[in-house]
Amino acid sequence: MTVKIQTADFDLSTEIAALRRGNARVGAVASFVGVVRDINDGGTVAEMTLEHYPGMTEKAIEEIIGQARSRWNVLNVLVIHRVGQLKPLDQIVLVVVAGEHRGEAFAACEFIMDFLKTRAPFWKKEQTGKGARWVEARQVDDVAADRWRLKG
Amino acid sequence: MITVLYFASLRESLGRSSEQITLPATVRDLESLRALLVARGGAWEEGLAPGRPVRAAVNQSMAHGDTRVADGDEVAFFPPVTGG
Repeated sequence: MTVKIQTADFDLSTEIAALRRGNARVGAVASFVGVVRDINDGGTVAEMTLEHYPGMTEKAIEEIIGQARSRWNVLNVLVIHRVGQLKPLDQIVLVVVAGEHRGEAFAACEFIMDFLKTRAPFWKKEQTGKGARWVEARQVDDVAADRWRLKG
Repeated sequence: MITVLYFASLRESLGRSSEQITLPATVRDLESLRALLVARGGAWEEGLAPGRPVRAAVNQSMAHGDTRVADGDEVAFFPPVTGG
């Protein structure tokens, strides 16, 4: 299980190869890549800055991975989240889950992403044509995380 | 003495990212700490007023109003998270 908070970009193929290297029990790898869009809430986004809470952010993501592992049989997990200055088209977050079967890998990957959105301390500040603004939390993300109470 | 951290829009509106506070005897949990800060008035009252969407952590774990706060703790106040 690995959690990395970094300014540098990442390469999906490299990370997947490292995660499953030498482990012949892995039958399924599910991944999610989040990307910066150039539009949000109807405004054009030129650039954004990602702030986090060093120490707590890593701990919060580790706890989310722990919850996923208690629900599904998962062999390995990697989460990379970038911070600092990012532009549209940049990759921002990566979640990779390796498991024996696809069902568990898919579910754990989505679960981790849904909880990362609502529980891990990151904050986005966007530079738009009308100046800088802090992104507001969206209720749809809370709904996405809450539905796991009914599932699984 | 506790350390209090502020993040994102709250850090900007309060004009500081951290401070050390000597706990008065009346402050024993997050709710009473928040009330102490609100009593400073101005941006503090505005940013931390009851009803404002403020989240908090004690020793780097998400916390609530009744979470205990004691000497040596690291407390953080911040807006709802927007990562991913």
